[in-house]
Amino acid sequence: MSTAWVSCDSAAVAAGADAVAEAIAAAGITVRRHGSRGMLWLEPLVELETEGGRVGYGNITEAEVGPLLDGALDDTDRCIGAVDDHPWMARQHRVSCARVGVIEPTDLAAYREHGGLAGLLRAIELTPEAVVAEVTASGLRGRGGAGFPAGIKWETVRTASADVKFVCCNADEGDSGTFADRMLIEGDPFTLIEGMAIAALAVGATEGFVYLRSEYPLAITTLRRAIEICYAHGILGESVLGSGRRFDLDVRVGAGAYICGEETSMLESLEGKRGEVRAKPPIPALEGLFGRPTVVNNVLTLSAVPMVLADGGEAYAALGTGRSRGTQVFQLAGNVARGGIVEADFGITLDTLVNDFGGGTASGRPVKAVQVGGPLGAYLPPSQFALPMDYEAFAEAGAMVGHGGIVVWDDTLDAAAMARFAMEFCAKESCGKCTPCRVGSIRGVEVIDRVIAAPDDGVRRTQLTLLEDLCTTMTKGSLCAMGGLTPMPVRSAIEYFPQDFGIPDDTTQGARS
Amino acid sequence: MRQRGPAPAAAPTPADPARAASVRALAEQFTDLRGPLLPILHAVVAAHGHVHDDDIPVIADVLNLSRADVHGVVTFYHDFRRTPPVAHRVSLCRGEACQARGAQTSYTAATDRWSASDDVEVAEVFCLGLCAQGPSGQIDGTLHTALTPERIEALTTGWQA
Ligand SMILES: Cc1cc2nc3c(=O)[nH]c(=O)nc-3n(C[C@H](O)[C@H](O)[C@H](O)COP(=O)(O)O)c2cc1C
Ligand code: SF4
Ligand code: FES
Repeated sequence: MSTAWVSCDSAAVAAGADAVAEAIAAAGITVRRHGSRGMLWLEPLVELETEGGRVGYGNITEAEVGPLLDGALDDTDRCIGAVDDHPWMARQHRVSCARVGVIEPTDLAAYREHGGLAGLLRAIELTPEAVVAEVTASGLRGRGGAGFPAGIKWETVRTASADVKFVCCNADEGDSGTFADRMLIEGDPFTLIEGMAIAALAVGATEGFVYLRSEYPLAITTLRRAIEICYAHGILGESVLGSGRRFDLDVRVGAGAYICGEETSMLESLEGKRGEVRAKPPIPALEGLFGRPTVVNNVLTLSAVPMVLADGGEAYAALGTGRSRGTQVFQLAGNVARGGIVEADFGITLDTLVNDFGGGTASGRPVKAVQVGGPLGAYLPPSQFALPMDYEAFAEAGAMVGHGGIVVWDDTLDAAAMARFAMEFCAKESCGKCTPCRVGSIRGVEVIDRVIAAPDDGVRRTQLTLLEDLCTTMTKGSLCAMGGLTPMPVRSAIEYFPQDFGIPDDTTQGARS
Repeated sequence: MRQRGPAPAAAPTPADPARAASVRALAEQFTDLRGPLLPILHAVVAAHGHVHDDDIPVIADVLNLSRADVHGVVTFYHDFRRTPPVAHRVSLCRGEACQARGAQTSYTAATDRWSASDDVEVAEVFCLGLCAQGPSGQIDGTLHTALTPERIEALTTGWQA
């Protein structure tokens, strides 16, 4: 064996991958640094190149590099065999993440060898109208949470007239339990750049920005490097791959504000202002960045586009379930035995994700709940695990798929404490523009405190009624989903875990009707 | 002391002219960008550790904004700290995924441990994108996963209490 692969992804580096890579290099072996496969419970994962493929060894420490290279780990459970054949990988359907963890992030030649740029080359052959038609036919919906059809948004921007139009990638990824945007950017940044270039050609945009959160320094470095390489190879700049059409792309770093993930707040921030949410209409597709027509899409939405163009919208639409087409990159996080990214067709159940892929809790205790879709998503008990991952099915169950993050909790979960935390988080991160959210969240913390400390059932019931009123006010009266969705974790916690609030199960009927 | 006569038209002279000149030079580097204010503030924090009150009129002047505009932006974002950084910083994630793995215990232990120290700052963050391996955090800028009170103690040995 002459080559070893060690991930350079933040999650691997934080677990000690750099020291492992250095030790392997010191032994005279060529080390290549790729993105992470997303088998995060095994990081640092070392892959040795063999005739039978890249063979993986999990949780390698610097001290174990010697024994690893001597073959001493080959017959132990630390060796997981060929990584591609591992059931956890083999059962997935990797489309957006097909190259993540396989190639070196900024190796343009490898990117092309693995199918990169095929989508952009095809987009150049087509009219802008036909490119948008492909995206519409694919059924691709926004991966940032709301699930709005990308094709409709693009068509609005394409048909708008203006001196300049923009494509903005929302890479703020502030939701707890989500890291797929980060892993895509750190592991395969060219896919995002290609997707943005296709969007630009489709709508007639000449400038683009990636709004990337400051909490992801490695992603910032990798993306900037990838953009430089694209300029050097004529993929960005005055004539995108010789098409004669210009597209300039820049990275802008956020400054630690969760609300800047909301698209209009993100645009304000890009303009150099406080990240306060704008009232809609006007929609950003018509009056977005600096008042110009702007495509705002999530990292994974834009990263699905190269495949849609390369293979055709119909091929993408053939994947998934109901109106949720294609694949989603699910993120298994929290108290889970096998955490990481699982890309699969929509329609996969929570049970499959949490128990089959995730292997239950890391603590070995029973699963009590999962929170799906970030801090504004619902807490769901195992009795809801048959739910298929589908935007509509989740909405019907009073929950949301969101960005596909799944946070697993064992039976030590105190749902009342987490309901309080949801309100506290909203109070801290509210942009402050509207009263239901700014003040309501502070009141929410106070009321939940009174529910928890209630001396008797009568007081508890009164306070719960007040809390329910408050949730309704926030849901109906907030300008954006920060205040509008904070009641979701709160209400689901009360509905499914009334005991944690000190109430017998039968008094909560209709708590969220 | 009150002075007679017309009020001075120009901004008051910053306490530190060298710093003012540096901030002005930093700001001027970005004026060609669309929406230059955030990049400028990041650059000021990177170069000087924080945004001082005296930096605000300088930046406002370069961008032809009101001081209130710049002040409003500086105070909106967590990243633009307004006091000089201290010797060491422990940032611990309190996002749900990390809480599901015991982040609250480490956070409480760390805040208690360093509450009396002027040299160590314990801060909360909400998600570093390492949610499958929590509790996560940054200790003097380096990312760590699986942080327990014991590991934090080990990673901060030798720090002034
Ligand atoms: C409070 C709040 C936070 C949000 N955070 C993000 C985020 O981090 N990333 C993201 O892509 N979208 C986020 N969104 C959704 C965006 O507003 C917007 O819908 C999305 O970026 C559009 O892109 P898409 O259609 O590709 O999903 C957030 C929305 C709200 C209300
Ligand atoms: S709901 Fe909250 S975050 Fe959204 S606009 Fe209102 S105050 Fe701002
Ligand atoms: S929730 Fe702590 S790193 Fe994401």
